[in-house]
Amino acid sequence: MILVRLVQDLGWAALRFVDHLGRLTVFAGTVLRALLRLPARPRLFAQALFDVGVLSLIIICVSGTAVGMVLSLQGYNTLVRFGAEQSLGAVVGLSLIRELGPVLTALLATGRAGSATAAEIGTMVATEQLDGLRMMAVDPVEFVVTPKAVAMTFAMPLLSALFITCGLFGGYLVGVGLMGIDSGTYMSSLQSAVVFRDDVLGSLLKALVFGALVGLIATFRGFTSAPTSAGVSAATTSTVVVASVCILLFDYVLTALWGV
Amino acid sequence: MAIESRSGVAAGDAHVAFADVHMAFGDRPVFRGLSCAFPPGKISVVLGGSGSGKSTALRLIGGLVRPSSGHIYVTGEDITILSEVKLYAVRKKLGMMFQGGALLDSLTIFDNLAFPLREHTTLDEPAIAREVMRRLEAVGLPDAGSLLPNELSGGMLKRAALARAIMLDPVILLCDEPFSGLDPISVKRIEALLVRLNHQRGITIILVSHHIASTMRMADRVLILFPEEPVVGTPAELRASADERVSAFLSEEPDPEEMRERRADSAAGRR
Repeated sequence: MILVRLVQDLGWAALRFVDHLGRLTVFAGTVLRALLRLPARPRLFAQALFDVGVLSLIIICVSGTAVGMVLSLQGYNTLVRFGAEQSLGAVVGLSLIRELGPVLTALLATGRAGSATAAEIGTMVATEQLDGLRMMAVDPVEFVVTPKAVAMTFAMPLLSALFITCGLFGGYLVGVGLMGIDSGTYMSSLQSAVVFRDDVLGSLLKALVFGALVGLIATFRGFTSAPTSAGVSAATTSTVVVASVCILLFDYVLTALWGV
Repeated sequence: MAIESRSGVAAGDAHVAFADVHMAFGDRPVFRGLSCAFPPGKISVVLGGSGSGKSTALRLIGGLVRPSSGHIYVTGEDITILSEVKLYAVRKKLGMMFQGGALLDSLTIFDNLAFPLREHTTLDEPAIAREVMRRLEAVGLPDAGSLLPNELSGGMLKRAALARAIMLDPVILLCDEPFSGLDPISVKRIEALLVRLNHQRGITIILVSHHIASTMRMADRVLILFPEEPVVGTPAELRASADERVSAFLSEEPDPEEMRERRADSAAGRR
């Protein structure tokens, strides 16, 4: 009996997952259609870019610097065992550019901007603002969702680049300033290890994919939230959880398939 | 469209008509074959108990929800078969005043009112400003343009929402509980505004209300949604109705303002 129940629950969960995936795909199609349809709304896009990008600057800079410092410290302690501390620049640079930069930026942006986006749209659902737009013959997907989703997609590579730059700076501070590695050695190691096309462009591509993913999940969760305070809260929480898991899963897929 | 409502309004002549509309939320049915018509240029009020589907009826007219089956005609067009894109064309003829206002909270009252004009007209900014000020003055909020929606009281918010709903001179105005949570003065003010709109511009007004006193004062037709079937009539017809459900509904739970009026009437009678 318990086994039957277990299989039933598993079946329902699978059905719900497929249903959700289907609705998310349809939603993504609607956003794309709205993006292609005129009128474009540059002012709304600029406002959304400000909300997602500029308001995330401090958290990105501080986190990037801290991660770079820790990476440099841990990297030095490990490399020194093998007498390879001259490679610290390469280790810090490659780790940040290929992996930590885009992934941690996406996770931070999800927590700050993704949750805020879901909560804002969810509140608009709960207070009938989206229905108000519909009744004024204005498509809420075009007016509210698309600028936010596109802004998130555009902002993510920029935030990731900033995170990496701050991380490299933090790594340099610890490696050169604290551990006494020669500045020229650190920089030449970094320069010779990082390949622009494979590493930097690959990193930006990853960030772009993560940005689209977070933008889509956050707006979808907000747009489909129940029109109650509990619904808004659930949309916010699930945005952070689902987007974080998706970022990590997509990170593996992108790395495995395209080596970025 | 050979529907004839109980009120004698042919659906063909009506601005809004429901034809055998079925609607359910999950397992809970709301409408089981609702057929009724709302005549043009009149004020129609929808009454009913909580959960009877009053607000749902308005949302159905606006195409915000779709019925399980049946047809809804708005200015002659069956909106149940229209795509979302085509619905937008119909919605340009409608204005809706939501219960909570539904004003965009990131915009000032001025920008909220200017929004439909900026979206759907080619008016320049000075002309838009003139139109907005005209509407703000009409609803008694000439100085509220620079305020945000959260800086307004409940009554002011409803008046601002009404002003936005009429910005594009709609053919049909839908009002969801325009009097709820308001003091008697604000109720009278909104009631007067709606009646004036109806008389001066001939706008068809369909409003949902719990406020029986206002309903009986301003309505040309009243639709009461009972679980079994709706009852339609003029306020006078309903007052004189022998239907026990109608008299029970109209006499039960009178609102405070109605009670005050009754007390005032009886005091005047004693004098």
